[in-house]
Amino acid sequence: MAYPEAAPVSEGKIILTAPELQRVIDRIAHQILEKTGGAADTVLLGIPTRGEPLARRIADRIRAFEQIDVPVGVLDVTLYRDDLRSQAPRALGPTQLPPGGIDGSRVILVDDVLFRGRTARAALDALRDLGRPAVVQLAVMVDRGHRQLPIRADYVGKNIPTALAEQVRVKLVETDGVDAVTIIRPDEPGGRR
Amino acid sequence: MKHLLSAADLDAATATEVLDTAAELAKVTGREVKKLPTLRGRTVVNLFYEDSTRTRISFEAAAKRLSADVITFSVKGSSVAKGESLKDTALTLQAMGADAVVVRHGAAGAPHRLAGWVDGSVINAGDGMHEHPTQALLDAYTMRARLGRLAGLKVAVVGDILHSRVARSNVLLLHTLGAHVTLVAPPTLLPVGVEAWPASTSYDLDAVLPDCDVVMMLRVQRERMIDSYFPSAREYARRYGLDAARFRRLPDHAIVMHPGPMNRGMEIAPEVADSPRSTVTEQVTNGVSVRMAVLYLLLGGRN
Repeated sequence: MAYPEAAPVSEGKIILTAPELQRVIDRIAHQILEKTGGAADTVLLGIPTRGEPLARRIADRIRAFEQIDVPVGVLDVTLYRDDLRSQAPRALGPTQLPPGGIDGSRVILVDDVLFRGRTARAALDALRDLGRPAVVQLAVMVDRGHRQLPIRADYVGKNIPTALAEQVRVKLVETDGVDAVTIIRPDEPGGRR
Repeated sequence: MKHLLSAADLDAATATEVLDTAAELAKVTGREVKKLPTLRGRTVVNLFYEDSTRTRISFEAAAKRLSADVITFSVKGSSVAKGESLKDTALTLQAMGADAVVVRHGAAGAPHRLAGWVDGSVINAGDGMHEHPTQALLDAYTMRARLGRLAGLKVAVVGDILHSRVARSNVLLLHTLGAHVTLVAPPTLLPVGVEAWPASTSYDLDAVLPDCDVVMMLRVQRERMIDSYFPSAREYARRYGLDAARFRRLPDHAIVMHPGPMNRGMEIAPEVADSPRSTVTEQVTNGVSVRMAVLYLLLGGRN
């Protein structure tokens, strides 16, 4: 796959470069094929914003490796979040299920960073209102720890031990103009103290 | 945004955010479980001093789909009938912990006063001859859904502009969103000072029709026609009613809107009201999505 020329990464320390990130996506695609016995009855649901392009890339790689078309959808979980009242109203992202729906299928939720586990919980609630999948799994690019709920991912791109005040950013060409995973300490520019 | 009192409170970005949010929320209407947990534990009070079917039910449906608790307070059979003032009613609602008050009142400015007395959000659901911002939002939503855009649209608003809060809110919002509004009415039904509004005016419906994308017919408000604004209902229908002949003069893509309730045969002919280019029932459906969006944006986050 060809991507537009990478824009410079301006802040933080780079954990994964663009080629490394691509290899991680390849690996997740292989793992999905392996664990699901060829990705039959499987649907990838990306959680906006960055879960959506990640899900599409994983589906692209599965198609490249085994000529299998995995349906991709988008699942916005904003309306199901339990932390809405802690900040100004969030803009809603799109929700678009694949034409075949999700009933009886293996749904793999795709997100960029697994942190406290609240987004994954909200996604499980949202799924309950949209249908009844046979199995729900979770794929994330980065697991940075600090879970507040009993949630774990089935496919992890990279485990990054972090301090709470650090920020992990997954950047993708589709949304940020560059592929990279960076970590920003609170005392760095762009960091949160 | 804390309250929604006037369509003029919305800048283009905020209004577009409401419409975009409504478009996402509209998908909920199409699915099996038509309910979201978003406003669980929040209380929305519908405070209606004037009769209303669709606006009240629409707000009620919107709040319930977002899992808010809804208390509907209609003035008949309440303490207001015993002479309670708006302020005392407001303090009662405040004491009950209302997170939002949806108010319709016969007096212009009542929602503004209410907003100063309660801690929660106030949503204007129609105040006298002043404003009805959620109607304007659902009208804009319907136009955008049917025609794909708002900027540059030519919209004719026809009928009783003088008494119409729908017309006023629509002019303000459509102007903000880049559409051009022409108000069409007999001279007696145009308000004093209309030349200061961001809209053109015309007395001649036939001249306006061939060049518009949207025709919005307003109800002839018989209950407000105490003075004689036109000689007879028949003459009004002749000159300002949208009958089949006038309907044919519209461009092929143009749509016909009506905020309801309609006087069939008066401002709109039955065959026009029931044509596929009429959006009357869509407006009702869209009203729920738009009001969900307003409730979400007012109550969904930290104020």
